Amino acid sequence: MGKRVLLIEDEPNILEAISFILSRDGWTVHTHEDGETAIQKVIGFPPDMIILDVMLPGRSGFDILRELRETETTKDIPVMMLTARGQEKDRDLAMRLGANHFMTKPFSNADVRDHVRSLIDA
Amino acid sequence: MLGFNTVIAISLCYVAILFMVAFLAERRATQGNATWLHSPLIYTLSLSIYCTAWTFYGAVGYAARSGLEFVTIYLGPTLMMIGWWWILRKLVRIGRAQRITSIADLVSSRFGKSTSLGVIVTVISVVAATPYIALQLQSVTLAFAVFAQTGGQLWQDADLNATAMWVAVGLFIFTVIFGTRNLDANERHHGIVMAIAVEAVVKLIALLAVGVFVVWGVAGGPAEMMTRIDSSDVVLWDQNGGRWVSLLFLSGAALLCLPRMFQVLVVENADERHLAIASWAFPTYLMLMSLFVVPIAVVGLDLLPAGSNPDLFVLTVPLHEGKQGLAMLSFLGGFSSATSMVMVATIALATMVSNHIVVPMWLSLRPNEQAVMSGDVRHVILLARRLSIAGVLFLGLVYYRVSGGGTALAAIGLVSFSGAVQILPAMLGGVFWRGASRLGAAAGLLTGLAFWLWTLFLPSFGVEALISQTVIEQGPYGLSWLRPQAMFGIVGLDPLVHGLLWSMLLNTGMFILVSLVTFPTPLERLQGAQFVNVFEHSAAAPAWTTAAAGAEDLLIMAQRIMGSEQAQAIFEREAARQGKNGFLPEVTPNFVELLERELAGSVGAATSHAMVGQLIGGSGVSVEDLIAVADEAAQILEYSNRLEAKSSEQEQTARALRDANDKLTALSIQKDAFLSQISHELRTPMTSIRSFSDILRDGDIPLSDQKRYSGIIHDEAIRLTGLLDDLLDLSVLENGQVMLHVNTGNLGVLIERAIGAAGGLEDTLEIVCAPELAQIAVTTDLDRLVQVFINLIANTRKYCDAEQQRLKISVLKRDGMYLIDFVDNGCGIAPENQQLIFEKFSRVADGSKAGGAGLGLAICREIMRRLGGDIAYLPGQYGTAFRITLPK
Repeated sequence: MGKRVLLIEDEPNILEAISFILSRDGWTVHTHEDGETAIQKVIGFPPDMIILDVMLPGRSGFDILRELRETETTKDIPVMMLTARGQEKDRDLAMRLGANHFMTKPFSNADVRDHVRSLIDA
Repeated sequence: MLGFNTVIAISLCYVAILFMVAFLAERRATQGNATWLHSPLIYTLSLSIYCTAWTFYGAVGYAARSGLEFVTIYLGPTLMMIGWWWILRKLVRIGRAQRITSIADLVSSRFGKSTSLGVIVTVISVVAATPYIALQLQSVTLAFAVFAQTGGQLWQDADLNATAMWVAVGLFIFTVIFGTRNLDANERHHGIVMAIAVEAVVKLIALLAVGVFVVWGVAGGPAEMMTRIDSSDVVLWDQNGGRWVSLLFLSGAALLCLPRMFQVLVVENADERHLAIASWAFPTYLMLMSLFVVPIAVVGLDLLPAGSNPDLFVLTVPLHEGKQGLAMLSFLGGFSSATSMVMVATIALATMVSNHIVVPMWLSLRPNEQAVMSGDVRHVILLARRLSIAGVLFLGLVYYRVSGGGTALAAIGLVSFSGAVQILPAMLGGVFWRGASRLGAAAGLLTGLAFWLWTLFLPSFGVEALISQTVIEQGPYGLSWLRPQAMFGIVGLDPLVHGLLWSMLLNTGMFILVSLVTFPTPLERLQGAQFVNVFEHSAAAPAWTTAAAGAEDLLIMAQRIMGSEQAQAIFEREAARQGKNGFLPEVTPNFVELLERELAGSVGAATSHAMVGQLIGGSGVSVEDLIAVADEAAQILEYSNRLEAKSSEQEQTARALRDANDKLTALSIQKDAFLSQISHELRTPMTSIRSFSDILRDGDIPLSDQKRYSGIIHDEAIRLTGLLDDLLDLSVLENGQVMLHVNTGNLGVLIERAIGAAGGLEDTLEIVCAPELAQIAVTTDLDRLVQVFINLIANTRKYCDAEQQRLKISVLKRDGMYLIDFVDNGCGIAPENQQLIFEKFSRVADGSKAGGAGLGLAICREIMRRLGGDIAYLPGQYGTAFRITLPK
């Protein structure tokens, strides 16, 4: 039984691609598409790590990250941010808010796999 | 011999011709080319409804019975038009400035938009008009009877009653068709006005023809005629001075106070300058109408056997001489006089009844915003008017039956006049005296009404009909000072002079007295100042101090009353004046005031005030707000108005500057946001493409998955291309480098093309196209226009959240533009987002469902602006609605 990854992302194709990559690598992948209810999902599920998109319907990924870090039960879960905006200041903001890694779309599948491995094993 | 059936047939033909005239005039007016309808000639001719069947038939009868006294009926209005036309001018000016719809509206509006005063004046008008309408029915019926008798047929009372009823039914149909077709914001009825203008000519020609025949055909020339007149006692001068003065006053005042005269003089007036022409043209008309009255009366008395009804000499003299054609013409003249009066009178009364009684009652039954927002007000008002027209005609018929139809025409007419002139003190006092108060007006009106009913109206049914002989001789319960024809013990006066004297004296007295001892409310003061100083004021002080209502709510209400096109035009104009984009202006007190006045044009001041009050929340004008306004001299007011105008200009400039500044700041923020948005929109499909191609390259995947993944790569590549196309398109359009390929095409065909191109496979969207679309040819870049249509239809498919999606496409013409509306049955777009949706990358709905990048409407707006038009969100439609403006 592999460790559990929660993937929060609203683009269905990207969701499918990442799920495929991580499942193949032995992780159990759960997905969630909505920003507003993401926190409840994390608290109810809780995963071993989170992959979080920045632009989500209902609530921004930065906002969710901030709350995760402020909440006792979730503050230690590793988070990898994903964004398609690709600006330097977004990366700074993500790291300042306590992200463990920041990745820009489009990404290489190998990169995703490697970073997930390193974050869960750490 | 002309048979009765022939007369009926000719009458029906005549009505059919009038119908055509009214119909054509109405159509010309709706097509917008109706300048000739607004000529001073038509205006003057429409005033001729003063000459009813009473003057047409009755004047001759009057002259035969009472000699020269009939002249007063013509002289009164002549003096009024020539000597006091400045009063008329003031009334017309007030009527236009305040959007007055009737005489009841004038009084109600002047005294603080009072509902109760509106009701009182309406009741007086209806009661006073009833005998007069009965009189018209009677005259037409009698005229029919003349033909029937000479035709050798037997006539019973039953036939007379049936004829009266059919005439009433016919008038009802005509009036409903042309008087209540539409709820016009100005209460103008072009069809009816044109028909009565034609009738005015017919009745003048008819009377002149009979006159010429009598003088030259019967008497043998003017000289012989003069000898006959000299030897007759018609012109003997044994006149009662009191009666002459009373009658002059009565007929002059009636010109102002009769609801139908007010309707044609003030409400239907299209241009104040017409009054100047009418001030000599109308007296000329009256003079021509009265020219042959004495000769006809004298010859009639000579020729016809004693005991013949002199009211019918105009008909019976030509018949006696065997001139069938002339008699027929004369019949049509009388018919014209009667019908035109009844039509205008019933319209005027119906407007009053619906605006001052029915609609306020209907509103008070739904005491919240519900009434003005969701009820179909137009429908209620039109129905109320139709029922009122039927009601007024029915009352006339009842009066005709009860009074037995026997009294001389002139006597009934005078009773009716003296009822209507009870409104005079409140009206003139309101227009010239700022101290006049609502309670004063009510006291005067009610006193006048009571005395008129007692001394003139009830006795007019005939002795023993409603009032017994003993009451007339000894007073009610033996109170001799209350005898209807000898009030307070004054005996020996002519009953008419007596009734008029007491009712007017006490009416005016109570009005002044109560006005002096009561204190007017702020709104009364404000209205009073506007009415009395109508020529000095360039603008009114707004009666609303705060305006809490949403512009969209006000728009929805306005659309319910005056129709969407007109309401939208008003809102758009105001928005443009304020320098704002789109259809919704800021709700300023001045705008609310303006809107209230526009609505008053349809439903009257009191109702309009109440309706707006329901939305605004009743925060009307207060005493403090008025201290500066109410008691200051007109000049100061004028000066402050000018200052206000100046400061509002400055405010406008400031607003424009503020907007520009906001725009610049927003632009630089937008540029950042735009780049980051483009990045996001391009990178998202690329991510899928890269990731899935990685997966495919790794190999070791089942064949079915391979197919699926390459399918995703394919779709995302297409999405990327579409996005790049949109971006390039937008940038070309924004830089103005676009090439337009102008062609001419049919709008209906273009819409069909767009529907075909935007069609989904499963057709869940129902599209309803207005038939007018297919009749319009547009010359523009057709492909670009279709691109806009496709975008809008596709948007409806994507975003409309109704169970059964429906899209209505319609077109209007206004000011050289085509307005093409796309209205769906979804839940609409929140006001704060209505501007936003035209921005690049703005998506109000959930992004993944939409599929596009949010560039569609931005492109549409750029395209439409390149084509010389625009596209905007159209609020107040209960769905998502867009209006495309395209120059013709």
